[in-house]
Amino acid sequence: MNTMTLRQERTPTARLTGAPRCAPAWRAPLVLLAVGLVACALMPEQLGLLSRLFITALFVLSLDLVVGVAGLATLGHAALFGTGAYAAGIFALHAFPDPLIGLGVGILAGAALAALSGAFLLRYQGFTFLMLTVAISQILLSLAQKARDWTGGDDGLAGFVMGPLLGRFEFDLEGQVAAHYALAVLVVLFYAARRVVDSPFGLAVRGIHENRARMTALGTPVFARLWVLYTVAGAIAGAAGALSAQTNAVVGMDSLSFAFSAEALVMLILGGAGRLTGALVGAAVFTLLHHTASSINPYHWLFVVGALLMLVVLVSPAKAWVWLRRRAGGAQ
Amino acid sequence: MNTFFNILIDGLAYGMVLFVIAVGLSVTLGLMRFVNLSHGAFAMVGGYGAALLTREAGWNFWLAVPAAVLVTGFLGAALEALVLRHLYRRKELDQVLFTIGLSFVLIAATNALAGPQVQLITLPASLSGSVDLGFRTLPAQRLLVIGVGLMVALTAAWTVTRTRFGVWLRAAVDHSGTASALGIPIRTVQCASFAAGAALAGLGGILGAELMPLEPYYALKYLVLVLVVVAVGGMGSIAGSLAAAVLLGVIETASKYLASEWGSLFFFLAMATLLAWRPNGLLKR
Repeated sequence: MNTMTLRQERTPTARLTGAPRCAPAWRAPLVLLAVGLVACALMPEQLGLLSRLFITALFVLSLDLVVGVAGLATLGHAALFGTGAYAAGIFALHAFPDPLIGLGVGILAGAALAALSGAFLLRYQGFTFLMLTVAISQILLSLAQKARDWTGGDDGLAGFVMGPLLGRFEFDLEGQVAAHYALAVLVVLFYAARRVVDSPFGLAVRGIHENRARMTALGTPVFARLWVLYTVAGAIAGAAGALSAQTNAVVGMDSLSFAFSAEALVMLILGGAGRLTGALVGAAVFTLLHHTASSINPYHWLFVVGALLMLVVLVSPAKAWVWLRRRAGGAQ
Repeated sequence: MNTFFNILIDGLAYGMVLFVIAVGLSVTLGLMRFVNLSHGAFAMVGGYGAALLTREAGWNFWLAVPAAVLVTGFLGAALEALVLRHLYRRKELDQVLFTIGLSFVLIAATNALAGPQVQLITLPASLSGSVDLGFRTLPAQRLLVIGVGLMVALTAAWTVTRTRFGVWLRAAVDHSGTASALGIPIRTVQCASFAAGAALAGLGGILGAELMPLEPYYALKYLVLVLVVVAVGGMGSIAGSLAAAVLLGVIETASKYLASEWGSLFFFLAMATLLAWRPNGLLKR
């Protein structure tokens, strides 16, 4: 028993999660901002891809709050993204084309759906929770298909034109404004998520992830904590959806689909769940791979990503990293 | 009345197909605690095998079906023995990722080998006609599906509860260490039950080829339906899976007949209600 625990402490994952976080909360978002700005400046012809990358990263970040931090495996996260996207699109079409107010509407819609569905979903755990999230997203998809007058059905919601950002910057064809707008929202919400995760509230949620029974015994209101966290994640996913609607000027049915939820989960695991930065790395790697491989052949793309997934499981990135450092002569 | 009867027969056949595919997943998920999302790919392999054997090689249907089922079973056994058994002790997320990756690779391989078009299984004359039951005539294929489904349910329940193999399987699940110490060949038991589940999925893929068309994305397209059946029926419960599959099959068929513009809304509403009512499975309290 003793040797077991000792050996466990020495593994890299235990060290990473067990050590207290010393880096200030603003450092990682600042690095992200710098990297994003440099990427935008270096690849002016790929701005469309970059803004899609930022939006996907924001969505996976929100998924990380639910899966990585709270430990609730979900396959229906696209429901929150799609709701935010449709809310922002419909608001721009029928009410008011200002992007920032539209973003607020998307955030509210995502948070509202998360609060409503969370009140029902969070009463269940494990596999039942997973399947219920699938059910919720599929029900929403069917409803969106049925309500053609509002959502445009399979043709997608289009025809809305966004107003200038802050009343000054028009959305241009190259996507200069769109990419910087998406990056700014991503950085701000990344900082917010980091603060949430490092707060006493975030610690309580991580405690629930590690041992639900013990946190209950300590007097933590488990359901309330998870409900608030799920609502926060819904707000961030709604923001990602609204950004996607505004920068693409179209919302499709695939923003609610099961495949999108599953893809986001794959990205999260690829980058490493529970650390927020992993979500960003995973989203970036996956989106870039997808972009290059699927432009060659969509089935080759499946082959590449399938092989990559199996490889990641068989040789976990953390282990490979340790092995590489040892080979390079470093001590652990 | 006529519509009602049609819904009942088609729904029953659909439910039986879902059950035959789902029962193997229910066993691996519930009894062996292994989340196998590549289960849909086994159904695809079975269906493709039968389609290629009957159409390209010109085999007799009654010879091609057992051959395709056997091939799927062997594929399952080989995968289990070589790779998947190393994942039994890993986290659920690892298992999910690996088996989804495996499905992706199988989808890409299927497309490379057989092309993206829908595959048809050539039915013999005795199955493509209809049967007169005295008070009604029914398509023979539907009757075969329902009959095979019932047979699979009875055989599976009998194997798990009454035979030596079933005792071994349940012992290995309850406590593999003790079972092993008592001389039960755990590895053989696990490998055989996995292979049997894969073979049954292959059979389901063949039987359901008319209702769920065989194409490369088959493995992921119908995976959600199968997972829903397993979740509603309760993991590891064969009777529960049968009840859930028939109930959901009839609901899905009825909503396709009567309210097709709502898509799968009623299917998933029923699933959410049933799961909320009985989170551990339809027949468990």
